[in-house]
Amino acid sequence: MSDARTLTFRILRHNPQDPASTPDLAEYQLDEAPGMTLFIALTEIRERFEPSLQFDFVCRAGICGSCGMLINGRPGLACRTLTTKLDSVITLAPLPVFKLIGDLSVDTGRWAREMAEQLETWVHRVDEPDVDRLEQRMEPERAEAVYELDRCIECGCCIAACGTARMREEFVGAAGINKLARFRLDPRDERSDADFYDLVGTDDGIFGCMSLLGCHDVCPKELPLQSQLAFIRRKMVRAV
Amino acid sequence: MKIRYADVLIIGGGLAGLRTAIGVKRRGLDPVVLSLVPAKRSHSAAAQGGMQASLGNCAMGQGDDEDVHFADTVRGSDWGCDQEVARMFVHTAPKAVRELDGWGVPWDRVRAGEHEAVVNAERVVIREQQRAHGLITARDFGGTRKWRTCYTSDGTGHAMLFTLGDRSVAEGVPVIERIEALALIHDAGRCHGAVVRDLVTGEISAFVARATCIASGGYGRIYKVSTNGIICEGTGMALALETGVAELGNMEAVQFHPTAIVPAGILTTEGCRGDGGLLRDVDGHRFMPDYEPEKKELASRDVVSRRMTEHMRRGKGVPSRYGDHLWLDITVLGRRHIEKNLREVKDICNHFLGIDPAEDWIPVRPTQHYSMGGIRTRPSGESTTLSGLFACGEAACWDLHGFNRLGGNSVAETVVAGMIVGESIADYCSGAGSDSDIPTALVRAFIDRERAGLEALMSGPGTESVVELRSEMERTMIEQVGIFRTGAELDAAVDTLRDLLRRSRDVGVRAPAVGANPELVSAYRLPKMLRVALCVALGARERTESRGAHFREDFPQRDDRNWLSRTLATWPNVGSDLPTLRHDPLDVMSMEMPPGFRGYGARDHADHPDTERRETEVAAVREAHGDADRFAIQQQLMPFAHLLPERYRGRNERLASTETEDV
Repeated sequence: MSDARTLTFRILRHNPQDPASTPDLAEYQLDEAPGMTLFIALTEIRERFEPSLQFDFVCRAGICGSCGMLINGRPGLACRTLTTKLDSVITLAPLPVFKLIGDLSVDTGRWAREMAEQLETWVHRVDEPDVDRLEQRMEPERAEAVYELDRCIECGCCIAACGTARMREEFVGAAGINKLARFRLDPRDERSDADFYDLVGTDDGIFGCMSLLGCHDVCPKELPLQSQLAFIRRKMVRAV
Repeated sequence: MKIRYADVLIIGGGLAGLRTAIGVKRRGLDPVVLSLVPAKRSHSAAAQGGMQASLGNCAMGQGDDEDVHFADTVRGSDWGCDQEVARMFVHTAPKAVRELDGWGVPWDRVRAGEHEAVVNAERVVIREQQRAHGLITARDFGGTRKWRTCYTSDGTGHAMLFTLGDRSVAEGVPVIERIEALALIHDAGRCHGAVVRDLVTGEISAFVARATCIASGGYGRIYKVSTNGIICEGTGMALALETGVAELGNMEAVQFHPTAIVPAGILTTEGCRGDGGLLRDVDGHRFMPDYEPEKKELASRDVVSRRMTEHMRRGKGVPSRYGDHLWLDITVLGRRHIEKNLREVKDICNHFLGIDPAEDWIPVRPTQHYSMGGIRTRPSGESTTLSGLFACGEAACWDLHGFNRLGGNSVAETVVAGMIVGESIADYCSGAGSDSDIPTALVRAFIDRERAGLEALMSGPGTESVVELRSEMERTMIEQVGIFRTGAELDAAVDTLRDLLRRSRDVGVRAPAVGANPELVSAYRLPKMLRVALCVALGARERTESRGAHFREDFPQRDDRNWLSRTLATWPNVGSDLPTLRHDPLDVMSMEMPPGFRGYGARDHADHPDTERRETEVAAVREAHGDADRFAIQQQLMPFAHLLPERYRGRNERLASTETEDV
């Protein structure tokens, strides 16, 4: 196709493992192909020009949350971003806030695990389920509402877009608050608002949020982060 | 030389690995899970449609039980599965769903009263019982006689994986991310752990453990187009194969999913068809009823994929720049249903195709999806030949799926196998048989061998390009070891793959990058992938019959007389360029369900000499116990409870299906 665009990728490169490495923008050019995503483009760049280029993809279908990065300055999932939706000069950088592993790869895994530990993001109940018996009933609407919040893939885009997270290293962020809201809604979880207050009733929790709501704007799963942040804040104010 | 010690080393942090780890931890042992990626990013998350378990809560699932699920699974496998394992599985699956429910998976629930559904292209009204209200519901999937697939919208794998991921944090299970096993440490038929490489720093070290469990998923990425995540490269199976001792089973049994989008190869769930979606051709004609009048779009995946390919070969495909495809039409389900129950599908269509599936048909084509084969184990999960090595989930072949897996049986298998294998590992570790006196010199020898291999790739004289060799392998597999196979093509594939394996020894890594070095990663994985690919291709070439997903155009008949057997591959000599195959016959006389017609697909098979005799026996047992309950009859035909951990032997409670409807 003679009218195919030539795309210029400007990629922020740095390998912290290499003492000689300094952060730098590298440029690569590719002919745009039909249906090209940033996953396809980055793979091609690595195969053809830059075998040491680091980035993270797993499902390449927008499901696993591995590939959050700054795409022209905005956090998003690279795998499901079609190049046709971008200008011919595309700037890619790693998500800020997280520890850099190399180039476009950051350590969201450690963050997610720390968040789980800090907020105890699991159902708290005294009795283990009896797996031989009928399950506990739940209203269908409630199960759907829990799933709605359960859809977070912990990609880290909301954290990268968060003003508070830049200032407070321990801030739980929208992902954390959403997760807490999910367990608060879950009838199987026996925790009370006082228990939840112990987890997020601080400036590193819900009271640190400045309501800038970058999180809500960039969430790839379009989770209702704005309303969950407001809702949990109100509940936590009343919890004491 | 850094050596870390654990009771149990688990390679793979998806559903199977995490559930195994939780099980052994609860038994007081010290597990460690190694994962290529953060555990919640594992490919398990991509399972969309759901998990089969015969709860029988919803109206269309009433009357379901272990017996029905068992028969569906055996038929689906084209009688290739291990029927005892299938029994263990169907018995434990309801427990797995209920355990996950207790731990937080927000399964969709039954809503009492009437609701509309689409069945066979028609809107029908289904009435749910009041007394089932609030219990876990299910959707329809292919090859099943009841609606049995439990789900959370079409993000079931995600919900399950996040629940287990957080559960493992709650229970203090250590998961080490971004670390890769390079080789198993073994000696005299006993596995002792693994040599590992840190994928951030490049550091090489070792884990020594009394039991090692591989739960690393499938090998879809040896194919050019696959629905699998890009980390599903089969390297976990290769670890076992490269010991020269452990066996891989039925590697030629490769499932193609009927509905991956074109060209990206991303899955749209079987739930699309389960919920009433249709397949259409270039003329907009719904063609599946022409081929499969009984099950139509909901025959088993191997059958639907073949029928689709057959139909495209007849010129009925939709031409596109990426080759022919067909249409998946879910517009018939209505926007409300799609936006509630098929939202991942909607997202995928929107982001990758720029279409709205509530308005537009989805371009689809059968695409590599699942590996029925894997590390051959006993029903306990332990390798048949390498003691101290266990495997579970897609990486394993204990052999639940035979030659075709039913949709919804794989995510179910991951957690069920984790529950069962976790217990058997704990039992193993509590016995003197697990005692270990491994010398550090042995560990050092394995570390040195792996390090030398990597150094040769980095600084050796090799000039071959890993990108080229890999792409040649992927192309060979998709073109010559695909849905329809012939002897001539398989011969050619084996030759090409052997040549690639030889050439892979001369790969040179271009970038001397410190730390992660993705090119080096590709280079050391390549021979592993090629060995796995050779097991698939050679297994397919040797098997001169058609069974389940393995279809030979030159041998279209299922040949129970000669091929009611399991292919076992080993790689005894690391310098060899071919695996050694043998075929282990299945024992018809111990089958609860002797081989027969599946009820869909071609009715064409040659009987095993024992089939008739076993059928007579089975009929006699049923006759003799005519008034006994189904458990007693089953027990007579093929006892399996002794294979289960004691804690999972209890009967599964259900709403009594015989009672008439209350209002």
